[in-house]
Amino acid sequence: MQKVRRLSSLRDLEEFRQGIKKNKDPRQRIVAVSVSTCCVALGALKVVETFKTELEKQGLKGKVQLKNTGCSGFCEQSPAVTIYPEEIYYFKVKPEDVPEIVTKTIKEKTIIEKLLYKDLATGKRSRKLQDIPSYKHQLRLLTKNSGKIDPRSIEDYISADGYSALEKTLFEMKPDQVVEEIKKANLRGRGGGGFPTWIKWETTRNAKDEPKYVIVNCDEGDPGAFMDRSLVEDNPHSVLEGLIIGAYAIGAHQGYVYIREEYPIAAENISVAIKQAEDFGLLGDNIMGSGFNFRVKVHRGAGAFVSGESSALMTAIEGKIGEPRPKYVHTAVKGLWGKPSCLNNVKTWATIPLIVLKGAEWFKSVGTEGSSGTAIFSLVGKVNSTGLVEVPMGTTLGDLIFNIGGGIKGGKRFKAVQTGGPSGGFIPEKYLDLPVDFDELSKVGSMMGSGGMVVMDEDTCMVDAARYFVDFLHDESCGKCIPCREGLQVLSNTIKDICEGKGKDEDMLGIQDIVTTMEEASLCALGKTAANPVLTSLKYFKDEWDDHIRNKRCTAKACRALIKYYIDPQKCQACMLCLKECPVTAIEGGKDQVHSIEQEKCTKCGACYEACKFDAIRKLSAEPVPPPPPKGMKPIRKRKNK
Amino acid sequence: MKNLTLRIDDKDIPANEGMTILEAAKNAKIEIPTLCHNDELEPYGACRICSVEIERKGRTQLVASCCYPVEEGLKVKTRSHKIDKIRKTIIELAAVSAGIDVTGRMRELASEYNADLSRFRSNVKTEPTKCILCGLCVRRCIEATWDTAIGFIGRGVTRKIATFPEKVSVCTNCNHCYSVCPTGRISSIGADPKFPEVDDILAGRE
Repeated sequence: MQKVRRLSSLRDLEEFRQGIKKNKDPRQRIVAVSVSTCCVALGALKVVETFKTELEKQGLKGKVQLKNTGCSGFCEQSPAVTIYPEEIYYFKVKPEDVPEIVTKTIKEKTIIEKLLYKDLATGKRSRKLQDIPSYKHQLRLLTKNSGKIDPRSIEDYISADGYSALEKTLFEMKPDQVVEEIKKANLRGRGGGGFPTWIKWETTRNAKDEPKYVIVNCDEGDPGAFMDRSLVEDNPHSVLEGLIIGAYAIGAHQGYVYIREEYPIAAENISVAIKQAEDFGLLGDNIMGSGFNFRVKVHRGAGAFVSGESSALMTAIEGKIGEPRPKYVHTAVKGLWGKPSCLNNVKTWATIPLIVLKGAEWFKSVGTEGSSGTAIFSLVGKVNSTGLVEVPMGTTLGDLIFNIGGGIKGGKRFKAVQTGGPSGGFIPEKYLDLPVDFDELSKVGSMMGSGGMVVMDEDTCMVDAARYFVDFLHDESCGKCIPCREGLQVLSNTIKDICEGKGKDEDMLGIQDIVTTMEEASLCALGKTAANPVLTSLKYFKDEWDDHIRNKRCTAKACRALIKYYIDPQKCQACMLCLKECPVTAIEGGKDQVHSIEQEKCTKCGACYEACKFDAIRKLSAEPVPPPPPKGMKPIRKRKNK
Repeated sequence: MKNLTLRIDDKDIPANEGMTILEAAKNAKIEIPTLCHNDELEPYGACRICSVEIERKGRTQLVASCCYPVEEGLKVKTRSHKIDKIRKTIIELAAVSAGIDVTGRMRELASEYNADLSRFRSNVKTEPTKCILCGLCVRRCIEATWDTAIGFIGRGVTRKIATFPEKVSVCTNCNHCYSVCPTGRISSIGADPKFPEVDDILAGRE
């Protein structure tokens, strides 16, 4: 291995960068396989292994470079393989596809159509990433290099102009100039609250106490959210560079990266990045000869959602139980070990190098008046194309869901989108034209949150959806303050009762009192915002609550206790599929005999509903189940037309 | 220390910098109810019963008076329809786990705020604990022993006070945990009890 050269001056870094660029052959064949968490879960490591043996077998060892990269954001299409220099993107690659890729694409330079991205709506295949329709609608600034560079290679990052912003900061800017630039850029905290980043920075900078700390918050725990994980996994040096710049601006010499236990690859990648930066002299004493000293430690969380809250996170780093404390004196003044501590989200830190390099004016030109820059969302739920997307602030919900997400799965109707994680709210159809930014989302009762976006279709019950998020927080509440601990317990119980048809009119009064008390009097933001899903569900989908309580009917026919399955004898083709699927043998009938469900035995698991190919099984709620067909009834066969 | 004046319930109240709203109010004989607070111990901010309304920059918000530091000219309201209703709901919520048989300060406050201790119930059948997890006993124990024989375990609704077996020798039967308990959860432990009895009392196996 090449011995690492410690960069001891500005010129060193530039020379090093030019050296890498010069040695790069633009015609070099590279096979890049994405190995993020989702890709690995879908077998990416096996693909890498197969490539290794196959390249050797076909005599290409040493001629073709095999490279691991992060994720390009198309999670459903993982693992992705990119062939350079042509930049051909193959998706859903399986180990058995590898020999064909090596023979056809690498040797014979032909394209394998079936592995290209296929647009669901048009059926058109795309060769390059930028040709993919949902990619075209995005603006990838923070995630620009995700999927292109090897997250474990500092050389890759440096050759993609990485650490140039740090260079500029250390040698051309004074600390207060950096803060001023962030202020002019109007960068707002990407963790969800949207608090102006520069105020946090300046508060910590001006706090009298020493030492000061800077901390990366990567305790992302919202259901369905994985933006922070992806950034740290795919481009850890960008987060690190932002952190070093921030430390310089604030006057901190020690930083922490708080990563939740559930993110092993992210923790590994950032640890590797820190080690590399230390070896290169980009961390440690006298960084690049500038006289600035800064060190970073990684702290693995122990798996508590509440530890994403700033005071709880700092208590956890101190080695105590991660519990929030009242923050009437901000953590920016009195945080980790009682010292001024500046905590920012992963995405906020990763945005800093971009602003420093391209300037505040450029940053402000992206996004909306009040919210500059881009937003990263993990688009999940009932959309055709799930994954990580980056768009300018102000992109409408409709654009995100229909143009980028490819619309609702199975041609169903859109019902609501949940933004901001369990503390956010449900946004109904009438707001599909809403431009997504910090202020607009809070106007409709939701929030930006850290960027989770869960899309729901007509089959989702909004009472049940509220119950889901309440239950999540009920499990995650630390239990320190009464409103949050007991409030969530009672809310969870009450909503469960409503979903089971046991709701009473007076329950609504209790819910209202609890929700107000939690919002106003809880100790930390978890409790204060925990009621948002319930509030927005009540605000926009009150009919569904009334239907459950008064008519014992689930409008969306999703609540198990309130529905019954019924086989329409006119439609049943007696194919035996549902009969075989039923785990409790509740379906009667046989070959050439129309099937029917024994209601007493049925556990309403829905297996028959999923299995039926003739649309013969219906869900009924609050309506009588028609009597079963006469025993031995023959199916009415559909006449084949033409 | 700097002197300043704040307005509590439309009265000018003198205070010193670094004081909390609760301390300033107490000095002026204005009563704010508390459950998890003890003058001798660090503020904890867990019961939220001491919530008061403050006005800052034209915006009103509820804060825990036991933790909120005084500011010059700060406007504070200690009673209003809204505050009373929230205090009532907090007491009713606390009774979900603690049960209706609480005594002590919590019982007094329940009457004062017309709280119906059986209003909310949990579907999960558990023995009433008589404990609202105010943490006074734990914090008092730390203060008394410079260590602690008891502490919190679990999180959320499964959070409870427990004795740490390896810390048994720390307990000196000083009875302080008993004297600070606001719900009557910890009964008097007598003149010279053996340690396991304390454990039983604290762990709810009286």
